[in-house]
Amino acid sequence: MIVSVCRKSCLLALALLGLASPAFADDISGAGATFPHPVYAKWAETYKAETGVGLNYQAIGSGGGIKQIKAKTVTFGASDMPLKPEEMKDDGLIEWPMVIGGVVPVVNVKGVGPGDMLLDGATLADIYLGEAKFWDDPSIAKLNPKLKLPHQAIVQVYRADGSGTNFLFTHYLSSVNSKFGQKVGEGTSVSWPAGTGAKGNAGVASTTFRTEGAIGYVEYAYAVENKLAFTKMTNKDGKVVAPDFEAFQAAAANADWQTAPGFYLILTNQPGAQSWPITGASFILMHKKPVDAKASKQALDFFAWAYQNGGDSAKALDYVPMPANVVTMVKKSWEQIDLKD
Amino acid sequence: MRKKGSAAFHGGALFPAMMEKNGSMEHLVKRLSQLSATFIVLIVVGLLFVLGRAAMPAFQAFGFPFFVTSVWNPVTGHFGALAAIYGTLVTSFLALLMALPIGFGIAFFLVEIAPPPVVKPLRIAIELLAGIPSIVYGFWGLFVLAPLFQDRVQPFLTDRFGALPVVGRLFEGPGFGVGMLTAGCVLAIMVLPFLAAFLTDVFKSVSPLLKESAFALGATRWEVMSSIVTPSVWAGVLGGVMLALGRALGETMAVTFVIGNAHRLSASLLAPGTTISASIANEFNEATSDLHTASLLALGLTLFAITFAVLACGKSLVLVLEKRKGA
Repeated sequence: MIVSVCRKSCLLALALLGLASPAFADDISGAGATFPHPVYAKWAETYKAETGVGLNYQAIGSGGGIKQIKAKTVTFGASDMPLKPEEMKDDGLIEWPMVIGGVVPVVNVKGVGPGDMLLDGATLADIYLGEAKFWDDPSIAKLNPKLKLPHQAIVQVYRADGSGTNFLFTHYLSSVNSKFGQKVGEGTSVSWPAGTGAKGNAGVASTTFRTEGAIGYVEYAYAVENKLAFTKMTNKDGKVVAPDFEAFQAAAANADWQTAPGFYLILTNQPGAQSWPITGASFILMHKKPVDAKASKQALDFFAWAYQNGGDSAKALDYVPMPANVVTMVKKSWEQIDLKD
Repeated sequence: MRKKGSAAFHGGALFPAMMEKNGSMEHLVKRLSQLSATFIVLIVVGLLFVLGRAAMPAFQAFGFPFFVTSVWNPVTGHFGALAAIYGTLVTSFLALLMALPIGFGIAFFLVEIAPPPVVKPLRIAIELLAGIPSIVYGFWGLFVLAPLFQDRVQPFLTDRFGALPVVGRLFEGPGFGVGMLTAGCVLAIMVLPFLAAFLTDVFKSVSPLLKESAFALGATRWEVMSSIVTPSVWAGVLGGVMLALGRALGETMAVTFVIGNAHRLSASLLAPGTTISASIANEFNEATSDLHTASLLALGLTLFAITFAVLACGKSLVLVLEKRKGA
């Protein structure tokens, strides 16, 4: 009797599983960077309303996205740090830029509002190296003669998880401050000499918001959403720029995607009077020979839709959509993906 | 076989109709129990084996220095467990230091002082506290405790004790709100219900005859507690403390939120640090290089070893004390 009951319940469970799976098969699965998460979420919402296909995107950080796509547990990975062409060849991946955004420093100092403070790359690096310990340090005061800076300890907030935003930030600081480059270097995960870590863009935003005297770095959409005081910066041309759509677009305009092999291009510290110094493209990674061709086709349909229709919602969140000529190049590169079952 | 036969024979004498059935049931239950016990041993051994094998690349690359270096640099591929081990031990000891007196007080209150109508609600409150998920503690620590510490407690500590010769090292540096002290506090609150319940049961287990005799001789409640009850259950208390320590060592989510995630050694309790479980929770998902993953798993193995050592120490201490008491 027990055996027959067991058998019946096993069959029932299997039948339910069989019924359950088609319902979830329609969601596109992806994982990775928190940098583009706001715009991907907006696109997914609109796409689902139009086509009924949802997106299941896990914002676990670029490092996590790279790891998951290499492990083939998701259909696409998202990373702000582009993989080098050799690495992509080893794993059979292709990558392409989906959207461009800016990383902005945010501060929590009494009396300093959004856009009030000015920092340059060298000073920012000194702060994160722990050389500038207080807000009234001469290097900061020199850039901000009109601000009344308190003698308050600087709390440097950095990314504790593997992050493409972290890569863009450290890549920029390494290129403008050689000491930073030697001591810390660049990467999705680095050894920070001072400060405290938080998880995700959201974590850094939250920690900076709550801690007095804190400085952090987040994607611009997070600074706006959380009403954080972002700083202005001095760019490569020596001009003072505030972070906004025009500044990111100016930096992106310099990008020469034609000559970049496999779209490997890092947009920090671009020339141009209006360019924002810490701009970056967020990349999508997919396998050339995917495990589930149908899921990959669905994902590519979504991306094609996003290129076509997502420009306005991206601009509303201060992300720069990819220019039309790049989109053409990207769509051509999709031919490398084997969609035959 | 013969033994079973004789048991079945005796059972058969009393319950002749069910003789055969009883025998096979007995056999089945025995086998199932053996299986369950073997299952546990297999899991522990299997876990150790998998952890050890996955962590091997890290041990091969770094050797013994892995345990005594505090450098944790994914860029250059240098990993050392010292900062994490230090953080784990310090936060757990801090937690116990804070939780033990309060747990003792709660147990004392429940056993000796509380009037009967108060006892039941208080016990329920303690059990509720124990039932709160650890991640909720982490949130509470991050949003309530950390700002409170940064605004009031840490400046107070730095002002009062920062300048003192030896103790000052513990309280120097700016307070970030998050750090070892905050993590220790959150852990203390998490460990408290368990400790209080355990101590209450242990105190209750003392023979009433012993306590009544002391009261009859004119001892006060505190004198009974300190001179009669505590010495007689010392071994049990120590055992409970070790279990609480074991729990505090492995606590992940609550600590990750409030420890500050900095792979740095610092004498100051106000500084951010990291624990083994917090490091693994933060970095495992995204560790892209094999050496990074292996180092994190090596950290896990280290925690396994530390917890095992603590529990073994506790158990052997209890045994020694029991023996001494018996003699």
